[in-house]
Amino acid sequence: MPDLIAKPSLGYAPLILAGTTLAENPQEQITAIAPYPGQHTALNRALKALKLSFPQANSFSESGTIRLAWSGRDQAFLIGATAPADLPAALTDQSDAWVSLHLSGPQAAATLARLVPLDLRGISRGQSLRSGLNHMPLLLMVEGPDHFTLMTYRSMARTAWHELHEAMTRIEARLAVT
Amino acid sequence: MRIDGKGRIDRTRPLTFSFDGVTYPAYKGDTLASALMANDIRTIGRSFKYHRPRGILTAGSEEPSALVEIIGPSNQTPNTRATVQEVFEGLIARSQNRWPSLRWDLLAINDLASPFLSAGFYYKTFMWPRAFWEGIYEPLIRRAAGLGSLSGRHDEGTYEKAFAFCDLLIIGAGPTGLMAALAAGRAGADVILADEGSEMGGRLLSDDGQINGTPATQWLAETLAELAQMPNVRLMSRTTVTSVHDDGTFGALERVGLHRRPRPNLPRECFWRITARRSILAAGALERPIAFPGNDRPGIMMASAMASYLNRYGVVPGKAVTVFANNDSARTTARSLAAAGVPVRAIIDSRPDAPDEDGIPVHKGAVIIGTKGRHALREITLKTASGEVRLETDALGMSGGWNPTLHMTCHLNGRPRWSEDLAAFVPSPGAVPGMLAAGAANGSFSTHGCLSAGLAAATEALADLGLNAPATDLPRAEDAPYRINALWAVPGKGRAWLDFANDVTTKDVALSAQEGFASVEHMKRYTTQGMAPDQGKSSNVAALAVLADVTGRAIPETGTTTFRPPFSPVSIAAMGAGGRATGFAPQRFLTSDQASRDRGAPMIEAGLWYRPSYFPKPGETTWREACDREVAMVRQTVGVTDVSTLGKIDLKGRDAGRFLDLVYTNTFSTLPVGRTRYGLMLREDGHVLDDGTTARLAEDHWLMTTTTAAAGLVMRHLEFVHQAFCADWDVRFISVTEHWAQFAIAGPRARDLLTSALGRAPGLPFMGVTPVTIQGVQGRLFRISFSGEEGYEIAVPARYGEALFRDLTARAETMGGGLYGMEALNVLRIEKGFITHAEIHGRTTAFDIGMAKMISAKKDCIGKAAARRPGLIGPEREQLVGLKPLTDSPLTAGAHLFAQSADPTRENDQGYVTSVGYSPTLGSWLGLAFLKNGRARHGETIRLVDHLRKIDVLCTVTDPVFHDPMGEKLRA
Repeated sequence: MPDLIAKPSLGYAPLILAGTTLAENPQEQITAIAPYPGQHTALNRALKALKLSFPQANSFSESGTIRLAWSGRDQAFLIGATAPADLPAALTDQSDAWVSLHLSGPQAAATLARLVPLDLRGISRGQSLRSGLNHMPLLLMVEGPDHFTLMTYRSMARTAWHELHEAMTRIEARLAVT
Repeated sequence: MRIDGKGRIDRTRPLTFSFDGVTYPAYKGDTLASALMANDIRTIGRSFKYHRPRGILTAGSEEPSALVEIIGPSNQTPNTRATVQEVFEGLIARSQNRWPSLRWDLLAINDLASPFLSAGFYYKTFMWPRAFWEGIYEPLIRRAAGLGSLSGRHDEGTYEKAFAFCDLLIIGAGPTGLMAALAAGRAGADVILADEGSEMGGRLLSDDGQINGTPATQWLAETLAELAQMPNVRLMSRTTVTSVHDDGTFGALERVGLHRRPRPNLPRECFWRITARRSILAAGALERPIAFPGNDRPGIMMASAMASYLNRYGVVPGKAVTVFANNDSARTTARSLAAAGVPVRAIIDSRPDAPDEDGIPVHKGAVIIGTKGRHALREITLKTASGEVRLETDALGMSGGWNPTLHMTCHLNGRPRWSEDLAAFVPSPGAVPGMLAAGAANGSFSTHGCLSAGLAAATEALADLGLNAPATDLPRAEDAPYRINALWAVPGKGRAWLDFANDVTTKDVALSAQEGFASVEHMKRYTTQGMAPDQGKSSNVAALAVLADVTGRAIPETGTTTFRPPFSPVSIAAMGAGGRATGFAPQRFLTSDQASRDRGAPMIEAGLWYRPSYFPKPGETTWREACDREVAMVRQTVGVTDVSTLGKIDLKGRDAGRFLDLVYTNTFSTLPVGRTRYGLMLREDGHVLDDGTTARLAEDHWLMTTTTAAAGLVMRHLEFVHQAFCADWDVRFISVTEHWAQFAIAGPRARDLLTSALGRAPGLPFMGVTPVTIQGVQGRLFRISFSGEEGYEIAVPARYGEALFRDLTARAETMGGGLYGMEALNVLRIEKGFITHAEIHGRTTAFDIGMAKMISAKKDCIGKAAARRPGLIGPEREQLVGLKPLTDSPLTAGAHLFAQSADPTRENDQGYVTSVGYSPTLGSWLGLAFLKNGRARHGETIRLVDHLRKIDVLCTVTDPVFHDPMGEKLRA
């Protein structure tokens, strides 16, 4: 047990506006998995132990509470489990690098439309998209049509929260007059 | 004047608003223009140059004349079109460009001086004396000639930006757009129907026409109801599509809160960026004025606008109306007015073969040659076949024909085509990829023409989208012929206005041509025609027709000026929504942020990061006192500072060492595990990109450190090198900057502090690296120094950053040490002669900073070849040196260096200062500078001059390393 106190990125209470919730997810173990050249097949074989496969671009594979989310060229984030050490890939701990937020509810997609330049029509669970959250880097995971996980840099957590909060506030104000 | 029983306003909801301090009644559904008209307010503003009274010309967003200031609790919005602004309870509007009042405007004197104020007046008059321009002429002209005024305060209003996507964007919800939306909606396409009006319907709301044998408004209501029920159709009213960009991207401005009382958090406007696979431009057409003498008096307006005011708002602009036209379309206005019981004095039709009109006298082949009325129209003079006729009338509806609203088809550089039949420009097909212009926007002016064009455009767009248009019956509607005889200007005595907003007359255009500005682009700039906020929507075509006439060319040959985005004004606040103050960029906070603020540390911005500048102690009144104390503390005991902002890149793979050899000038592949090495990175052009240390954590595992400033730049550079030159190498890398919180511990007692924190001696050689467990947390310990003292950096996962920072601080303080900030860090590194991006600013080479030997001769690296180019090495280069003043005078970064005997002028420049600081260790100011052939000039006295801050100091040129030149302390 470490003597140093671990702190969350934000430690904010969830925010509910217009029936839509913004909350900070508990920190989970995140390992970047980057297969070496020519190792995709071997990697997929090794990932069978976790009942996962290396995801296609813009998607994640999942098994129970474990998820392997595409996060860039030749790279995916294993979230919620320890990576087997012998994978034929570069493994890098990213657990503390990201703040993870969840945004859910009827105005979730409308909120994202204020900050994220992605076409979210016809989205479905299983998508993992790299984009921008206004001017911050974003990994957006689609949990359902109105439920999203947003990951951005830990140091930018306060700005991310603030901008999502502002977007939700304006949407709520719009709904109040329609 | 209000007309009973007419209009779509809600007479059960009365409102009040104020204009120039007087409160007036209105109804829900009124625009400011219709409400002012209902209250018989005829003069709304003063014109730009001559300060002539101006009224209402149109009923739409093209309005050039009726511009007002809207006063809100946090905003003062100038140049608001009264024809667009909807009235809400408590609206405050003010006329503009007048003093002291709208009725008695002193600068109306300009109107008497108009013979001197013609086009080019300013260019010719205010040329001499030259020095007068900036100080005297320009401020005077700006005060006299202008539009609304700004509050001079920040706009505290709320604005919004948003993205939207669709299969089909339909621009305009008149008959064309509605018909297209109906067909596309029924086919299942994902449709956005955007319309700038508060109500959808376009001309159907203004002309009391019929569709399927019943009032058109009934078909409109049914159609809107059906569209509203379709989940695949999004109706965006009060939304002006303002621009077309590449790949089907559109800018659009939505008025969200401008039409209602301000509410907290409700955006005033939203700037949309809409991406559409296909689009239909159904933006209708704009009626154009006729340039006849005295055509600018309040009470003279577009004939179609008169119909809008009557049928939408139940108001008329006068008691006795006249219509002047060169085509059939204005007849519907005359009929509407007559049917509503408004006396129509006459129809003046310039066509000799014009048809008769039941119950209204028609002057065929007649034109207006003069008007009278000081503040508003009172009388007109006609020239008919039988002579001049005077007619008392207080409202005149004019129609010089219609211009398709094709502006957006020109936003990607398309040029419109001239149609002789319509005497108007029409869109060129394919001008915007994926966009079809339809209906009136494409020159089809009848209701039937619009409905059928809308259906056809939808069918074509749906086919492109892979959808089948369902069989849709075309509603029955009028298909009256347009019949126009072009009439641009009526010759005669007196000024005939083309551009009402910028006060440009037919004479100005003629003068422009006479003075050699005969091209349409030159004419525009010489006369300012089309350069007002309305961008010449009502005047462009007529102006170029007049220009064509005076230059003896045809209109197509004369051509048009270019229509550029935005179609109508977009507030910068909407485009920059959320970007004010700290919203401009993300803020990056250290894990130690709160702990530093708890100690009163002022923050400075380093890129996006906020870093503590210094940590004031009680009794310290200036930053220098704190800084000097912190420097001495590090030199004498121990200091702690947060260095997490440095970029950290984790590299893995068998070829990682080889990869580092390629990007760094020096060799890394030979570095033993457990050691770290300083490295220099060049750009491909041979200049220094960045520097930092890279540690070998395991055989195939490396950790690179970059500067704070270049963290992103280096990552991008590595990605480029990897993907472009060695994609098949066995190397993978990822940023871990955010994962680790890292703290520097420096000073003679650094080892003691670490021993206390780790519970054991660190036992690490200089430039060593080792994994450590610190208070139960797995971390990394580096022995590196940026201060010249024995130094360590300890890294733990970010979640433990704050706890470790507070722990190290407490331990340091018990030892007589403590925290140090960026100011002290900077002084420490200057004393030691360490460089930052102040020195490697992008124009310096390894040679310049004295590191030419770091470019390994044994291997190749990025930038090596280019770094050898003549001119990048040699005595003519400015080289890094230290500077020490001969007196105790402060030095300044940015100052320039001159030989002691030379004049401090540009020609004698020998170099410049990059970093300065007061060194409490040496009791002197110190500087780092680049000096021509500097390394050969140590010991020389040089003159430092800062022309901006009036500093002139003699300095000794020294080696850049002032403190512990042998490095004994950091290796201790």
